[in-house]
Amino acid sequence: MIEREQVLHVAKLARLRLSEPELEKMAGELSGILEHVDRIGELDLDDVPPTSHVVELENVLRPDEPRPSWPREAVLEQAPDPAEGAFRVPSPQAEA
Amino acid sequence: MTELLEMSVAEAATRIQAVELSREEYFEAWREAAAQDELNAYLWRAEDRAVESDGPLAGVPIAIKDLFCTEAIQTTAGSRILEGHRPLYTATAVRRLTEAGAEVLGKTNMDEFAMGSSNENSAYGPVRNPWDRERVPGGSSGGSAAVVAGSLAPCAIGTDTGGSIRQPAALCGVVGLKPTYGAISRYGMIAFASSLDQCGPLTRNVADAALLLAAMQGRDPCDSTSLGIEGGIKAPSREDLKGLRFAVPAELGGDTIEAGVRAVFEATLRRIEELGGEIAEAPLPHAEHGISAYYMIAPAEASSNLARYDGVRYGMRVEAEGDVIEMYEATRAAGFGDEVKRRIMLGTYALSSGYYEAYYGRAQRVRTKIAADFAAAFEDFDFVVTPTSPSVAFGLGEKTDDPLAMYMNDFFTVPMSLAGIPAISIPAGLAEPDGGGPRLPVGFQIAAPALAEQRLLDAAHALERAIGFDAKPGEGSGG
Repeated sequence: MIEREQVLHVAKLARLRLSEPELEKMAGELSGILEHVDRIGELDLDDVPPTSHVVELENVLRPDEPRPSWPREAVLEQAPDPAEGAFRVPSPQAEA
Repeated sequence: MTELLEMSVAEAATRIQAVELSREEYFEAWREAAAQDELNAYLWRAEDRAVESDGPLAGVPIAIKDLFCTEAIQTTAGSRILEGHRPLYTATAVRRLTEAGAEVLGKTNMDEFAMGSSNENSAYGPVRNPWDRERVPGGSSGGSAAVVAGSLAPCAIGTDTGGSIRQPAALCGVVGLKPTYGAISRYGMIAFASSLDQCGPLTRNVADAALLLAAMQGRDPCDSTSLGIEGGIKAPSREDLKGLRFAVPAELGGDTIEAGVRAVFEATLRRIEELGGEIAEAPLPHAEHGISAYYMIAPAEASSNLARYDGVRYGMRVEAEGDVIEMYEATRAAGFGDEVKRRIMLGTYALSSGYYEAYYGRAQRVRTKIAADFAAAFEDFDFVVTPTSPSVAFGLGEKTDDPLAMYMNDFFTVPMSLAGIPAISIPAGLAEPDGGGPRLPVGFQIAAPALAEQRLLDAAHALERAIGFDAKPGEGSGG
């Protein structure tokens, strides 16, 4: 049901690199799961509103008061590649 | 010392407050017990006691699922991508426990990012079931269930998105409570599916679960979806079930339940009647579509939540030839396990252009129908009851090649998660697996309307007393 090309497209959207065996397996597994899910296609849901959150909440507000943020050094200590007080990443336009 | 380990949390806390029991001695006894972990249930164990607070939980050691951020203590969510990660802050649920006097004993193993029903998806190896080490403890809070069942901790907390507290509690023979969505703050709980994730206790008995819930529940300025339970939670004391009405779903899915599980379930229904409760069937026609709706909604939310693991700010990075996108892709390919990748793919597909309405949109509408089914049942009934899991603990590796078969473990637990209502699993007896073998624990699930936790705990306490489940792993059960 799901073709290899579709899996590749979705993997690209999800920023996941899949190996060739993973691609094959994923296509089969996703197809199986979606086939099961397709059963909800038989239900009449035309006038049913969607639920994104189960608890009815009104706006939850708090005073907008300044608070200290995390110390920069403590945050950068967790970073894989900190540099000059910031997170360093490879160039977005690296030569391929 | 064995005596110390057999005390309930409620009893130990009372004795510590009366200065009949020393905090140091009690913690040390549990620290030594935790050090004997042969189940791969702990990912980290405390070497020393932290700063102590006084309160209702003074001196109670507690095991924390590794999904909760703990300041300066490794928090992995069972994933390679967070190996060695030391959060800058502590989750509200954990902070409230320690402020009430509890002391963190260790961090427990789990399915990666809480995605799984067997604990086999942990990057740090599977947890073994203390009743039979060749079987799974359930998941995703498998480590938390196993430490309580295996006497490696007096109590634990876990998280439940579609059954991840209740199902492992059932498979390990302990009590597991998923409170109402929002009853406990999600702040500092690593996100899987934000509209479903809920923290809750795993304990040896219902009174201990009430004690932990009482400490953790409440509104939190750091989580705007948190609610708190009006009037708080008191120790359950009810001894009968007179005047209470229990609904059994008319569509219980007869062929999917193991014979032994069904027998224990039916015996428990009779027990409810003996205690004065009434049992009747109620229609929950959409509950059977719970798995379909859940396995669209949860992966969709997960695909968004897990976008943050990109090798930039924290966690693992894999350098790659080329640009920043190549780095993201290489990092995520190496950092995530198979099930997490599968769910990210499923969720991304369900949200992608052209499929959104057919999958994610429809699933959200089914969610509305499931919640409405429960609301209708609660007009006539106080509780809805089901087996917690269709089977007893299954073998390691038995379902790893068939994702859909694994997902069906959540058949009875997912509908309550989608409806956001509280549900508890209590051990109801032992049963042989289909195909024979030593007897294993069976869980009985009771669900109540939103925020009716006190009523739920009171009823579960009365039923627990009547059942008198006192079997332990290793006593003629192949453990």
